Amino acid sequence: MTLSSPSMRRAIAITAACVTVAGLAACGRGDDSSSGSSSGGEKAVGVSLITKDSTNPFFVAMQKGAKEDASKNNVKLTVASGKQEGDDAGQITAIEDSIARGDKGILITPMSTGVNAAIKKARDAGLYVIALDTPPDPANTVDITFATDNREAGKLDGQWAAATLAGKAATIALLDLFDDKIVSVDYNRDQGFLEGMGIDVADPKKNGDEAKTGKYTGGQGGDYTIVCNEAGQGAEDGGRTAMEKCLAKNPNINLVYTINEPTAVGANGALKAAGKTATIVSVDGGCAGVSSVKSGVIGATAQQYPLKMATLGMEAIAKVARGGEKPATTSGLDFFNTGVALITDKPAEGVKSITSDEGLKICWGN
Amino acid sequence: MSDTVESAAAEFARRQHSPLQKVQHQLHGKPWLSPLFLLLVAFVAFFIATPTFLTATSMGILLQQTAVVACLAVGQTLVILTAGIDLSVGAIMVLSMMVMASLAQDGGMPGILALLLGFVLATAAGALNGFLVTRVNLPPFIVTLGTLSIFTAIALLYSGGSSIQAEHLPRILNILGEGFSIGDFRLTWGIVVVVIVYIVIGFVLAQTAWGRYVYAVGDDPESARLSGVPSKRILLGVYTVAGLIYGIAAWVLIGRAGAATPNAVPDANLQSITAVVIGGTSLFGGRGRLIGTAIGALIVQTLQFGLSQMGVDQQWRVLATGVLVIVAVAVDQWIRKVKA
Repeated sequence: MTLSSPSMRRAIAITAACVTVAGLAACGRGDDSSSGSSSGGEKAVGVSLITKDSTNPFFVAMQKGAKEDASKNNVKLTVASGKQEGDDAGQITAIEDSIARGDKGILITPMSTGVNAAIKKARDAGLYVIALDTPPDPANTVDITFATDNREAGKLDGQWAAATLAGKAATIALLDLFDDKIVSVDYNRDQGFLEGMGIDVADPKKNGDEAKTGKYTGGQGGDYTIVCNEAGQGAEDGGRTAMEKCLAKNPNINLVYTINEPTAVGANGALKAAGKTATIVSVDGGCAGVSSVKSGVIGATAQQYPLKMATLGMEAIAKVARGGEKPATTSGLDFFNTGVALITDKPAEGVKSITSDEGLKICWGN
Repeated sequence: MSDTVESAAAEFARRQHSPLQKVQHQLHGKPWLSPLFLLLVAFVAFFIATPTFLTATSMGILLQQTAVVACLAVGQTLVILTAGIDLSVGAIMVLSMMVMASLAQDGGMPGILALLLGFVLATAAGALNGFLVTRVNLPPFIVTLGTLSIFTAIALLYSGGSSIQAEHLPRILNILGEGFSIGDFRLTWGIVVVVIVYIVIGFVLAQTAWGRYVYAVGDDPESARLSGVPSKRILLGVYTVAGLIYGIAAWVLIGRAGAATPNAVPDANLQSITAVVIGGTSLFGGRGRLIGTAIGALIVQTLQFGLSQMGVDQQWRVLATGVLVIVAVAVDQWIRKVKA
């Protein structure tokens, strides 16, 4: 087929016409965006928020908060994520997109060590990278991490539980996250809880190596028994199964620590089915979890602030990009602490807390 | 020879068909023309819409992002040309990648040997697919749906779910992440390898008897058999070669990701099928060109990358890809009606 054949010429003409039309349409968009950024006075700072997925309520809250806050800092925010937990390639692509876009910084909840190389590439290209929620491994892969002090969160639970027991014996079930892998959020919350109770934790980075019986020193102090360390995978069904195993070992459990609120709800189901009651403490502070405190299912929960992680991180990047100071780690910690508050409707003496109504105003998710 | 027939048909058509039908004829002869057109439109639109799109840096990144899926899509094209489908592409790639990486790291095996064993394993995995399709007579969809789970599980069992950093691996395994720069334009060896795969397989398909048999088997297996094409042997060969290509994709992926991680590209199957379909290869077999697949893979990645450069959120980008697939298949259906 030669160029001179009528059908080919027609095809070329149509192609040219369509390209022109598409170009004009795109041209309009281009003008919009350039006038938008120049009218603000100083140039908008490009920031990418890259989460693990876009369905976990924790990440949804993060994305939503960041989007709402972007204009305040004159930030041009782009939101991306892996398609699902484990999608390293999705995060790597998002990081590269951000570099190409000329962003000044990245906020990321790193999927795994599989994205470390891409993060390094971004930092080499001059982007300021902040990890949110969990520090990467190794922590110095990023410039800084903005996260909840999970140990402190657990500690608040423990202190409240000890004070609430008022000297009574504590028969404890510990419902952890995993039993087949060790992650920092898991041992920090669990060990923090025991520390708050005033129980010697032996290795502070290891769940389940404490003495099974002894004295706790929190509150008025008293005897304690640890019945079990069971993994609930952070989910309701897992929490229920884990609690059933614990109750089978000792039906007199009166204090249950849970890694998060879905686990707590599952544990409550198991207790109810067994006709037992126990005080449940948890960590997370999602709106559903705070409602569980209000309805009495959970005694107290330590609330974390994903929204704050994203907004403070975004502020920090905007500041660095405009030549300001880099954020510093909270003293005594290797990350920037975004805060935690204990939520309970039965405040205990000596433990600072807020009510569930106050908690509902600042909770995340639905 | 078939070219002559096509143009004769076009000559005939010119006398009595509308302009639209003439375009249809044109596209029927060269099914990769419409995706190429789409790609051009996307490039022009993004060039105008965002200043960061058509830069040397961006083009280098775009090619790097396309490389792995474009490589997988070569194997997928072979299978789809035979009117089959391969759902195990990602699983074979990941299995082969984890085996390469752990043999070299934990097994202390020389890098080159680990690499070759990885290729052998991927080829064997492809051959197993081919065996089940040709000898046990199961539909390709069922076979590869099953082996998808099997290979994924083996990869997870073998690696214990943990990833291996490329910096701990012999250089030969992650060398495809390295490359050279022309100004800001960075070309990795991974991209070069993928281009070579395209050239080699493209040549085989277009110029050899084996290539013609692949088309014949996909177009009409019965008449292919009657005219003496060894259908089963061709099919077995297609799945086996596809397996080897997924092994090569595994090598490209280690270099690109800087690590070997199980579950690395969870939607590799769909991405490869998308590239093939958008590239104008018919899902019903027998029609399509590798050049189309390359363009198809580029279109998907260009759309994702360009929209991302414009700051469009991810869900909208995914949505756009979905629309693109449906449009592409609709166009394909329309083109196929030319003979009716």
